[in-house]
Amino acid sequence: MNKLETALRDISEMDRLAVKSSPVHGLSPLAKLLVTVAYIAVTVSFSKYQLSRLFIMIIYPLLMFSASGIKISTCLYKLRIVLPLVAFVGLFNPIFDRSPMLRIGGVAVSSGVISMITLMLKGVFCLMASFLLIATTPMDSICAALRKLHVPSMLVTLLLLTYRYIGVLTQEAAVMSDAYALRAPGQKGIHFSAWGSFTGQLLLRSMDRAEELYTSMQIRGYRGEFPYAKSSPFCGRDALFAAVCIGIFVLLRFVDVASLVGGLFVR
Amino acid sequence: MIEFDHVSFEYEKGKPVLTDLCLCIGQGESVGLIGANGAGKSTILKLILGLIRPTSGTVKVFGLETVKENLAGIRKRAGFVLQDPDDQMFMPTVLDDMLFAPLNYGMSREEAEAKADAVLKELGLEYLKERYNHRISGGEKRMAAIATILTMEPEMILMDEPSSSLDPYNRRKVINTIKKLPQTRLITSHDLDMILDTCSRVVLISGGRIAADGPAETILTDKALLEANRMELPLCLAGR
Ligand SMILES: Nc1ncnc2c1ncn2[C@@H]1O[C@H](COP(=O)(O)OP(=O)(O)OP(=O)(O)O)[C@@H](O)[C@H]1O
Ligand SMILES: [Mg+2]
Repeated sequence: MNKLETALRDISEMDRLAVKSSPVHGLSPLAKLLVTVAYIAVTVSFSKYQLSRLFIMIIYPLLMFSASGIKISTCLYKLRIVLPLVAFVGLFNPIFDRSPMLRIGGVAVSSGVISMITLMLKGVFCLMASFLLIATTPMDSICAALRKLHVPSMLVTLLLLTYRYIGVLTQEAAVMSDAYALRAPGQKGIHFSAWGSFTGQLLLRSMDRAEELYTSMQIRGYRGEFPYAKSSPFCGRDALFAAVCIGIFVLLRFVDVASLVGGLFVR
Repeated sequence: MIEFDHVSFEYEKGKPVLTDLCLCIGQGESVGLIGANGAGKSTILKLILGLIRPTSGTVKVFGLETVKENLAGIRKRAGFVLQDPDDQMFMPTVLDDMLFAPLNYGMSREEAEAKADAVLKELGLEYLKERYNHRISGGEKRMAAIATILTMEPEMILMDEPSSSLDPYNRRKVINTIKKLPQTRLITSHDLDMILDTCSRVVLISGGRIAADGPAETILTDKALLEANRMELPLCLAGR
């Protein structure tokens, strides 16, 4: 297997983590979905210079990772091909935004650097939170929860198929690159002259297969609902979890807990 | 149960795959659909399930025409084993896949699991139950795909090359399972020995038309007919 393929496969195989058991896995998918959405909304809403306050948001993924028994390193490892993309987002900020904002040990840090770090952290935090959701909840259960929130079944089906499509795409890519390598001995990777036809074929093949998969769902009674999804009912524990988490997020958003705590020590 | 009334079909304009096809299959029949590669066998199965619509003519299944309003009803009663098991299985584990259809059709989880267990036992596949779909061999996946359809308890079973990529033991197991099925069944295959074993009637498709239709013993022993259509006598009859 080539590197890209293993990396992509790691993402598509997250289902395997989702069937373990832990307190987090046992929570209702609906509660986890709500909390994740709230987390992402709050995290994204910090302004681009609120670095210290944003940073505190890391406690949620930290606590959840330890409670779910999934290592953070697993998450970072599995997301290794998307993380750089997220990190690139703010790369140009330091160039455009050079006004000095604070000094650390005599070195002036420009606001561009701060906003770059803030953007990167936002991206990474949101990725980690989404990873937690997917790694602790089977995709079909997430879809079932979305339907409970009355998200149109068209959109939910689209999400489900997109998710499955990643798997199909990697399988097809694997088969094709193996077939290529077998007939191009001594060549590293795929020669650029074949890129066009390779990607074209990949797209066609994976679309064909995605269509067949959808056929297979249709002929077995799929109609945009998820009665087959494993789902623990939304009970008191879930309500408590959702309320506490969302409460804390809102608190962290509107109260500067970091400087409050800092103030305690300084005084 | 299945009626093709002057059905024509083409995927691309001007390239007919089936022309003016008339075919009737009754309740409880076991029919083998044979023909060269690209003859249109899979196309016929797709027409029955309403996955594609005839260009002209009508297809009726259980007395219902394959139009949008009837499809849910038809598909609930007809199980289809796809030609490529990779396309059929999409849930994480074999068990999840087996439960997919029964739960969609409103069976309770306990009931569905009991049903799945029974099917797995019948096929001797208990060891596959908790396995991940992408971590089992091609033949195991083929067996699992058949199992997912049997848990639906359909009234009619359509199988597209059920014995391809199976080892002799599993092939025999599939044949024995098919033979025991009480349902109406339509099986396409190039494995004529299997067709001879499992079907009483054979329909030979060639050039988009029915080239022959009759008892399995008659058609599968007609050396000239078979060879004219790119096939050979079943090995058991070839007198080797
Ligand atoms: N999606 C498609 N678009 C265009 N043409 C198609 C498509 N699918 C099949 N065909 C053509 O239709 C004809 C019949 O195909 P079909 O899959 O029904 O054959 P088959 O009898 O099942 O063959 P095999 O034994 O190889 O499975 C073939 O000539 C094929 O090229
Ligand atoms: Mg076919």
